[in-house]
Amino acid sequence: MGSVDFFFLFCSVCFCCLVSSNEHKLNFRKSKEACLSYVQDALLQKQWKRAAEFLTCYVESLEKDYSREHISPSEMIWRIGTEILWHHSQSSMKEFNCFIEQMKTLGVKRFLKVCLEHVFHLLCNGQIDEAYQNLSLAESWRFGEQTAIQDKEMKLIQAYRGLLDYYSWSKQKNILLEHGEDGFSDLAVEQEMHGYFRKAAVNLKEIIKIPGVWDIFVKSYVDLLEFYGDHNEAHQVLNEYAYNSKFPANPNAHVYLYQFLKRQGESKKSLISALKILHDIVPSHELMIDFNTMLQKSKKRKKRRLGLEVIFTALDYAGWKENAKAWSCLARQVKQIVISEKHLDWIKQEWSSRKDWWPAFHFSRYLAKRNWQENKSLSYEKALVAGLLLGKDCKYFKYVSHQGCKAQLKRFRMLKKFVNRHNLVYMRISGPPDSSVQP
Amino acid sequence: MDEEDTRDFNERCAQCSEVNWGLTDGGGFYCRSCHNVIERTREVVNTDFITNSRVQTISKGSKKQEKSEGGCEWYVCEGFQLVLKKQVEALEALGVHPQMKDEILCNFWRCYLQKSKQAYCKRPAAEAVKTLSVCESSTDVDSDPERPSVLHLLSLSESEGDLQTDCSSFASSVSKVSESTSVYSGSVDGSLYLMKNQKEKLRMTMPMTLSFCYMALLWMREPITLSEFLRFVVEGHIPYLNVFEHFPEKMKLCGLDLKIFCVESWPVYEEVFNKMHELAAYLDLPRFPDITESCFLHPDMLCMKYLMEANLPDELHNWTCRVVKKIGIGEVDFLTLMPGNKSTRKVKYDVLAAAVIIVVLKLLFLLDDRYEWLLSEFAEERNKNNTEGAHYFEFKRWYEVVKHSLDVKQKKLDEERAKYLWRCEKPLFYSVKKKSKVLKRRQMVVNLQNQFGKLSGSVQRAKKPNPSSFQLSWSEENADGSCFHGHSLKGVLQEKCGLLTAMNPDYWLCTVKLCNEKLCGHLAHYREVEFPQSYHFVLGLFSFLLRIQPSYIHDEVCMIEHKLFNKKLYKKLKYNTVLRK
Repeated sequence: MGSVDFFFLFCSVCFCCLVSSNEHKLNFRKSKEACLSYVQDALLQKQWKRAAEFLTCYVESLEKDYSREHISPSEMIWRIGTEILWHHSQSSMKEFNCFIEQMKTLGVKRFLKVCLEHVFHLLCNGQIDEAYQNLSLAESWRFGEQTAIQDKEMKLIQAYRGLLDYYSWSKQKNILLEHGEDGFSDLAVEQEMHGYFRKAAVNLKEIIKIPGVWDIFVKSYVDLLEFYGDHNEAHQVLNEYAYNSKFPANPNAHVYLYQFLKRQGESKKSLISALKILHDIVPSHELMIDFNTMLQKSKKRKKRRLGLEVIFTALDYAGWKENAKAWSCLARQVKQIVISEKHLDWIKQEWSSRKDWWPAFHFSRYLAKRNWQENKSLSYEKALVAGLLLGKDCKYFKYVSHQGCKAQLKRFRMLKKFVNRHNLVYMRISGPPDSSVQP
Repeated sequence: MDEEDTRDFNERCAQCSEVNWGLTDGGGFYCRSCHNVIERTREVVNTDFITNSRVQTISKGSKKQEKSEGGCEWYVCEGFQLVLKKQVEALEALGVHPQMKDEILCNFWRCYLQKSKQAYCKRPAAEAVKTLSVCESSTDVDSDPERPSVLHLLSLSESEGDLQTDCSSFASSVSKVSESTSVYSGSVDGSLYLMKNQKEKLRMTMPMTLSFCYMALLWMREPITLSEFLRFVVEGHIPYLNVFEHFPEKMKLCGLDLKIFCVESWPVYEEVFNKMHELAAYLDLPRFPDITESCFLHPDMLCMKYLMEANLPDELHNWTCRVVKKIGIGEVDFLTLMPGNKSTRKVKYDVLAAAVIIVVLKLLFLLDDRYEWLLSEFAEERNKNNTEGAHYFEFKRWYEVVKHSLDVKQKKLDEERAKYLWRCEKPLFYSVKKKSKVLKRRQMVVNLQNQFGKLSGSVQRAKKPNPSSFQLSWSEENADGSCFHGHSLKGVLQEKCGLLTAMNPDYWLCTVKLCNEKLCGHLAHYREVEFPQSYHFVLGLFSFLLRIQPSYIHDEVCMIEHKLFNKKLYKKLKYNTVLRK
């Protein structure tokens, strides 16, 4: 549950009018507009005292009818007041809670939303029990047709209560496991645990039916199902979450599915298919290493080809520049292709869009020096790739192999020999698609 | 039915010692046994408002219809009378002569009431005769057979949109009220007051109370200008915003009264000024007391004040006097108000004085964004080399000092505008139904103000600053030389034939042709980009001091220039026209 800077989300919606200094007329509305822009300025600069000062003057707006405005003063005051009280050094949780209770009475159309955000704040402050109480209270709220209108918020409230139930279940489970180790069996704890499970499962199951991003709910629910041995249901839930087109594209869904399948010891085939879409949406995901490793070892040509694509694409991203494992995957595959002398055109295809910028991006002299200083394994793998793709005369390979040989490291000597032996490969890789060039 | 009324009365009859009371036709008690009539009468309970669940007051024998909760009947003009009383008392506290309250304003008001047939006349139209005392009316309102519908009244938008939106939400709730009930207002004639056909009577409004006050101040020739007066109003020294707080408890304010007495915007100079003149004509007032050279409102005096406030050299005063004399705006007949005289231009004393100063600055410094800086450099050189003798006035240094102070003050003013509090403790509500909601809201507002007020740190709500005539003050005791009053103009003057004239030979007119003020509202149209920055700066300075739009000062400057260069304009000589950037 990340930080709750909701104010800044809708800050862009607020009107922001600067008072012209030549304007000598003033009425209530203009005065409050100006006041609001001062509050917003102070908030953006984190000047909580000043924001409080101007908010004090703004609250008068509550006594006015602003039903035609886009965002009403009561909503403004709720959001701004929350921010100020949350961050102000002199404000206590007690004051915060007192303020939120007042805000709940201000707008019945927002009641559940206010409750929910209050719960988030309580959770951020570690007050789990209070949060649970508030959720229960909110769940029992009824207000004519508003209850139906605010159905979505109600579902969320139930889901979060389910989540807290899961959290309690988890605590009980740990106690149980500890006691189990010590040889104690505790029936009461077990019963409680099952009770929490039932409560949690009901609510979590409901929310994940609705299209949305419910990572934490899904994870918790799957955890519960796995513990009680309902793997089929868990699998189905994860499949739905990952593949149902009604749900927004979510890399985590695929990650969860993959991790589940791995835990279940599923075949490589199904593991590979689970990661396919992840590669499409997040080519720089850390699981790409696992993906490439599995693909490289595959007997199917198409899969090996995909593996090469996967690893090249991952290394396009700056975050992977110093990832020795990734480079070793690429080095291994490139080396294997070069040795077998089959499928050099694969490398050619991958290299054609990269040969203009990878040299400066990965294989500059500066990087050669730095990699050598900081991480010899990294420099080894990279030098191998550079030597094969750019030839033995490229800056990177020259520097690293020279340093390596100077340091009398055996593998670097081997590296040098290997690259020298396959020196002409780079020409075939970089040249134009020419039928005279034999693959 | 007798039983009900006499049930509680258990005294024994003086004659026959029985407890058996009945009621006569006249409502008196009599003993059924011996027919002895005693003096006790039945207490009349007015059943008209028993439907209202609030506590009723029981009046003895009186059939007066009370509005609710012990309130009394009051008329709108009574309300305004109270407002004026409060305002003039505040003015007295500021030092105005008591004569204003006891004689001048009082008479103006009575005259107004008479002219508008609200009082002091034989048969006022559609409204009851009444005395000026509060809460003692004993006549009923004439029932107007054509009661206007609520919606019609509320659609007459005269006040700002804010009250309008409140009224529309109010309208929807009141329209459910039965037709027999009158349109809702705490005052007796609130609804009648808002009807359109009152226009020819010059209906009283809150801004007009200020016009009344200013008219009285002008009559008394008090040393206060309209801009200063309005500034005191905004600063809270004169009751205006929320003045109904001072109404006595019995005068209940609700419904349409809010539209009349609630103020939600600062008074506007032009509006108050124009209404004052309208009022003076409406009341058929004679020529006002003469504004002579010794008067505060005379341009010579006001120029002196503004020169001091703008931190300009005292020597400039000679020049302003010369200009004033040359174009005749110091004449008694020009300055004195003659109500109803449509041919003379109405004089805004403060704006006029400011404009004169600006014209003088233009005469001496040209203000074309070049010449004044050149002159300033010469003065600076000279000042560096000659440390003795009078310091020459340097435009550049003056600009820097004044701009700095002005920026600081403007920033402060902008914040005050944002922090301005419009509501007060006395809650306003349109109807009894809404009262509890309004009170709840008010309570919440007060709670929130307390909560966040504490978090504002050491910044407390500043007490109202004492009213002061000068917004900017400069002291010659400051060692940093930031006071320019004593500086000499020698650097910009030269002697010719024994007379001191400006070194600057040129002058640019703000406009070659004046517009027709009656048609487009202005003599000229001011746009910042078309004029030099220095000119814009001095306009801005006086705009701040007088709290009016620069365009109004610009109008006066144009007027003065056209008077000053009348002959030359007529001859269409070589002097250049408006400078274009």
